Amino acid sequence: MAAKEPRVRRDEVRDIAEPRGSVEIDQEECKGCGLCVESCPPKCLELLPELNPYGIHPAHYTGEKCTGCGICFYCCPEPGAITVFRVPPARVATQEVPSAATL
Amino acid sequence: MSEYQVVHSKSPVFYDVYERKSDLQHQTHYCPGCGHGVAHKLIAEAIQDLGVQERTIFISPVGCSVFAYYYFDVGNVQAAHGRTPAVATGVKRARPDSIVLAYQGDGDLAAIGTAEIVHAANRGEKITCFFINNAIYGMTGGQMAPTTLVGQISTTSPWGRRPSNEGYPLHVCELLATLEAPVYIERVALSDNKNIMRARRAVRKAIENQVAGLGFSLVEILSPCPTIWKLDPVEARKWVADEMIKAFPLGVYRDRKTAVPVTPVPQHPVAEVLDLEAEVTAKPATSHHRHVRETTIKIAGFGGQGVLLLGQLLVEMGMLEGLEVSWLPSYGPEMRSGSAHCHVCLSRQRIGSPLVSHPQALIAMNKVSLHKFAPEVQAGGLILYNHDALPANFEPPPEVRAVCVPASDLADHIGSAKVANVVMLGALLSETECLPAETALAVLERRVRNPAMLELNRRALQAGRRYDEREIHVALSQPDGFAE
Amino acid sequence: MRQLCKGNVAVIKGAIQAGCSAYYGYPITPASEIAEAAALYLPQVGGTFVQAESEVASINMVYGAASAGVRVMSASSGPGLSLMQEGLSYLAGSELPCVIVDVVRGGPGLGNIAPEQSDYFAMVKGGGHGNYRNLVVAPASVQEMADLTILAFALADKYRNPAIVLTDGFIGQMIEPLELEERQISMPDKPWAVTGVRETRKNLVNSIYLETDELEAHVRHLEEKYRRAQEEEPCYELYLADDAEVLLVGYGIVSRVLRSAVEQVRKFGLRAGLFRPITLWPFPSKALTEAAARCRSVLVVELSTGQMVEDVRLALDGRVPVEFYGRSGGNVPQAEEIRDRLLARAADLVAVG
Repeated sequence: MAAKEPRVRRDEVRDIAEPRGSVEIDQEECKGCGLCVESCPPKCLELLPELNPYGIHPAHYTGEKCTGCGICFYCCPEPGAITVFRVPPARVATQEVPSAATL
Repeated sequence: MSEYQVVHSKSPVFYDVYERKSDLQHQTHYCPGCGHGVAHKLIAEAIQDLGVQERTIFISPVGCSVFAYYYFDVGNVQAAHGRTPAVATGVKRARPDSIVLAYQGDGDLAAIGTAEIVHAANRGEKITCFFINNAIYGMTGGQMAPTTLVGQISTTSPWGRRPSNEGYPLHVCELLATLEAPVYIERVALSDNKNIMRARRAVRKAIENQVAGLGFSLVEILSPCPTIWKLDPVEARKWVADEMIKAFPLGVYRDRKTAVPVTPVPQHPVAEVLDLEAEVTAKPATSHHRHVRETTIKIAGFGGQGVLLLGQLLVEMGMLEGLEVSWLPSYGPEMRSGSAHCHVCLSRQRIGSPLVSHPQALIAMNKVSLHKFAPEVQAGGLILYNHDALPANFEPPPEVRAVCVPASDLADHIGSAKVANVVMLGALLSETECLPAETALAVLERRVRNPAMLELNRRALQAGRRYDEREIHVALSQPDGFAE
Repeated sequence: MRQLCKGNVAVIKGAIQAGCSAYYGYPITPASEIAEAAALYLPQVGGTFVQAESEVASINMVYGAASAGVRVMSASSGPGLSLMQEGLSYLAGSELPCVIVDVVRGGPGLGNIAPEQSDYFAMVKGGGHGNYRNLVVAPASVQEMADLTILAFALADKYRNPAIVLTDGFIGQMIEPLELEERQISMPDKPWAVTGVRETRKNLVNSIYLETDELEAHVRHLEEKYRRAQEEEPCYELYLADDAEVLLVGYGIVSRVLRSAVEQVRKFGLRAGLFRPITLWPFPSKALTEAAARCRSVLVVELSTGQMVEDVRLALDGRVPVEFYGRSGGNVPQAEEIRDRLLARAADLVAVG
């Protein structure tokens, strides 16, 4: 489902001052395979133009639009390269969250 | 950031730092974009969610995932190439409460280990198998796998896999689904977000089945190998979706809710099973009056004539008499028919060679045996021949007495051809006095439980003992039997 | 109590007395009665019997059960043992204890099912890949089939290494009295085993050491164990060796024939004695050297074209002349055959040295 539209409407996401989710990518563990970038529904991940000490372009969160869906986590082959965060449900209760379980 | 809560992070089923690795201890050894890492994460998550980390034993194969034990913080056993299901069988049977996960690649499972996976599945071993199919040999550098697609180039199929030369890709799920025992077989793919989530559910279910004690579960995971396929990770994933799934259809091939019924075996104390309290008490060797130190007997005939059993009766009698005894059969590939013979030694001292090359007594149950073994009989020895007369062309060796006992005829007359050997036993005891007849009766009583059969045996023994008037050939000297 | 028992069955009776709880095997003549006895007895005392799809699978099931810390065994004959060699190497490399019985038959190839001792090299010298040893014991009677199986389990655990009971078709097929006492089973602790509980979660059974120095250290560690076994475990039996001019050396069924031959030639005035190795690895070299020191010559008899004789020659190192007499194809020499050979050669055998 590489290019499938996320179920959250873009205008809704834009309306939120702070994104519902967030991603942390361990620059030491990332091997720069790009699968997370490819998989991310809201397209909020990118490969950094700079090389890390191992000579690869690690993935990086742009800081915007993450829904905390967790898709990147499951697509990433490294056990601990990606950590996904989300704002507790109460705060975004009105919004439809495409969690991993419903995909 | 403080409002955010972690929703997905490294599973505690993975070691924090991969200390068993020599360098880069925070990364796996897998190539960028490799499917193994994703499969590992799905397995780790299921182990964690099911709460079975302490009980889990992970069997790693030979192939790229040989080092899975670097990562999984569970009990780990590394197996020889292809043997993971056999090793898993040994582990699970020894530790039924453990959760045994067998992890294999396509070469490991579907080529060198075909027999092991088929039979583990067929026995319904209560294990969970993960089969990573990437259609290539990764660790050894890109050779053809049993699952390599038709036309796919590998270093050992440089013209593309040609069915005319290499056959077709092997379909493991379809193959195993022909068996009765497996409870769950599904093929999934790490081809895109949706299929990865499907794989996640399948992995969890396969482990759940084991926790529930159901039986054999296998999940085949179509998995990218970007490095050997010479594709970037994103293209590789697309190749799984576009090419592999076409050749290996996804889906559930078996989903059964019930375990194979258990047939219990009655339990007994060790002492009883091993017969430690057998009531056999040897009496001192007094009652047989012979002065001989050792009696050696060869019994020969056609398979089915009770030749081997007669030997066993003799050694059992000997043991009851407190003698050292040995019984050595001729053993052949055929179960019945063909010739059979056995060697019997009865001795007052430790028996050296159990091989009776020059018997003191030969019991020949047929003509062939008579001709074959008579020349071996010691001077002063005895031949008992199962017939009413010696063959016309037969001459006993010098100083050997030959006695004709038509044991088969007598047995027929008594009522069963089966007791011809016991007729011979009676004749032997009467001729040689090597063992007392009462002991023979005692042994028969122990062995023959059926009263009617026992009566036949008794009469056979008696008939043999009385049949001594047809002596055909008397030895030149020592007419009473044995040399020494 | 004394009971009549077939050699192959005695193996399982001994194994159960040693606390063996699992048997994985594949039928082959002349070893099949071992599997049959295991199938009959083990499940009755709470043990496991599985008829595997092959000897390859059997030995790897043994590997799994040994990893999980239980006493486990298998048995086969030459062709099956050939298939198990890879697994034996893994077991030794992973330091896993197990007992494997080889009821040797005629070879090479399919050969025949009659007794030979031609697997000596394969079992005693290794046979699988890499730097390892098997601990090897050689029973010569039904009683020893049980007793040495019990010993083999103890040795296997003591050294965390495969132990082989090397026997032959005759000993396996023979029936003799067997005396078994009820015995307490003392199972050693196996803190290294992977048992599926919290305490053993960090444990790892494997034999892969990618770093050259690590593998060398592992191999040195194995070597040290083997050196210790060579000091502590050699076992042998002597018969009329004190005053022997000619020392006969043979193991297993051959030692029985030689025992009879010793008695026979002594009647003709030739002072012969018998040295019977009970452990083939470690080979009782020291004891053999001592026993042979008083002799004029040594005659090694085997059911092979000459395998153990190499260890005899290594042990004696040219100090005593060593002659060899071998039969093969399943032919077992008669005591008279050895007697006649000894008597015919008596002048030479006694004259030299």
